[in-house]
Amino acid sequence: MVMAAAESQFHVLAVDDSIIDRKLIERLLKTSSYRVTTVDSGSKALEFLGLLGEEDHGNPNQPCICTNHSQEVAVNLVITDYCMPGMTGYDLLKRIKESSSLRNIPVVIMSSENVPSRISRCLQEGAEEFFLKPVRLSDLNKLKTHMMKSKCKNHQMPENLEDPERPEESTATSSPSAETSEFQSPQSQPQLKQQQQQQQSQANNSNNNKRKAVEEGPSPDRARPRYSNDLTVVSN
Amino acid sequence: MPTYLTSDSELWFNLQGYLDEQFIQLEELQDDANPNFVEEVVRVFYNDSARLIRNIEMAMGKNPMDFGKLDDVMHQFKGSCSGIGAKKVKRECTRFQDYCKEEDPEGCMGAFQAVKQEHATLKGKLDAYFQLTRQC
Repeated sequence: MVMAAAESQFHVLAVDDSIIDRKLIERLLKTSSYRVTTVDSGSKALEFLGLLGEEDHGNPNQPCICTNHSQEVAVNLVITDYCMPGMTGYDLLKRIKESSSLRNIPVVIMSSENVPSRISRCLQEGAEEFFLKPVRLSDLNKLKTHMMKSKCKNHQMPENLEDPERPEESTATSSPSAETSEFQSPQSQPQLKQQQQQQQSQANNSNNNKRKAVEEGPSPDRARPRYSNDLTVVSN
Repeated sequence: MPTYLTSDSELWFNLQGYLDEQFIQLEELQDDANPNFVEEVVRVFYNDSARLIRNIEMAMGKNPMDFGKLDDVMHQFKGSCSGIGAKKVKRECTRFQDYCKEEDPEGCMGAFQAVKQEHATLKGKLDAYFQLTRQC
C-alpha cells in the first residue's frame, strides 16, 4: 500500500505493565511507522490522555492532575494489555468510552489468554480489536483503518471524505485529543476503501489462527458496527 | 536483514527446541536502525525475569503458600517468556501453574526448580548465540 509522502503520522498510546511487552509493542509500532508513547498503567494512560483530573474515583492515592495535555497531545489509538494490576485494560477501555472527549479514540486490547468471554466483553464495550499475544507485525496492519476512521469522525467529515484537506477545527462533538497538527493525505479515501477490503480478507485469514478457541454462537448486541471481524461469541 | 536462525545452520540446530517462532519475529524486527534489538530484548528479559524469580522465591517461602499470588507472578513471567519465544521455559511455567491450581506445594517446588533450570540453560545458549552473531 503506497503512502503519500506527506501522510500524517499516527500516534499510538501503548499501555502494558510488562517491560518486555512494552519494548516489543513499541518496536512493532515504530516499524509500522507510527509515533509511539508507552506507559505502564491504565491510570498513567488516562493521565496522558488528560482525563485523570476530571473524575478520579479510581485511586485515592493518585494526586489529582488536571492538565491541558489533551489539547496538545493527539492520540489516534490506544493499545492496551488486558491483565494489569489496578486498572485492567477493560477498565481503561470503559473509562475512555465513557468520556465525552475521548470516546472516539479507537481502543485495541491485547491478552496472552484466549478467553472467549473476555474477548466478547471487550468488543461489546467498544474495543476495535482483540489481539492475542505475542502480537505480530501483521496484526498491526489492522490498526490504520481504525485510526483513519476516527480521524474522519473527529473532523466531522462525511464518510465519503469529500474534503480531506479542510483545515482542522475543533467542533462540539470532536475529540480534541484526536486532533493533530498534520493534514490528511488526499489519498485517504481510496486507501480507506482499499484497507477495508484488505481488512476483510485479513480478518478472514486471521479468524483461523486468532479466534480458533471461539465457537460459533448467537451474535452479541453490539452498539458499534464492526467490519473487521465477524467474531461471534459463546455466551458464558 | 540477516537472520542467523536459518534452518540449515548449526545455531538453529542448537537452539531448536528452546526457542519458537517468536524469536524469529524478533530477528525480523532488527534492522540497521536497530541493530541490537534482539540482544536488548533478551537483556531486558533476563533483568526482569530475575526480579520475577525473586518474587516467586519469596512467595514460595511463605507458609502456607499463597497459590493465587504464585500463579499471578508466574503468569507475568510466562508472558515475558512468550515475548522472546522461550518455548521450554514457558512449558515449565505452565506446569508450575498447574500445580498452583492443584494447590500442591511439592509439585510447585519441583516445577519451580525446572523453571529456573531451563531459564539458566537458555541464557547460556543465548549468550553463546549473541557472541557468535557479533562476530559475523
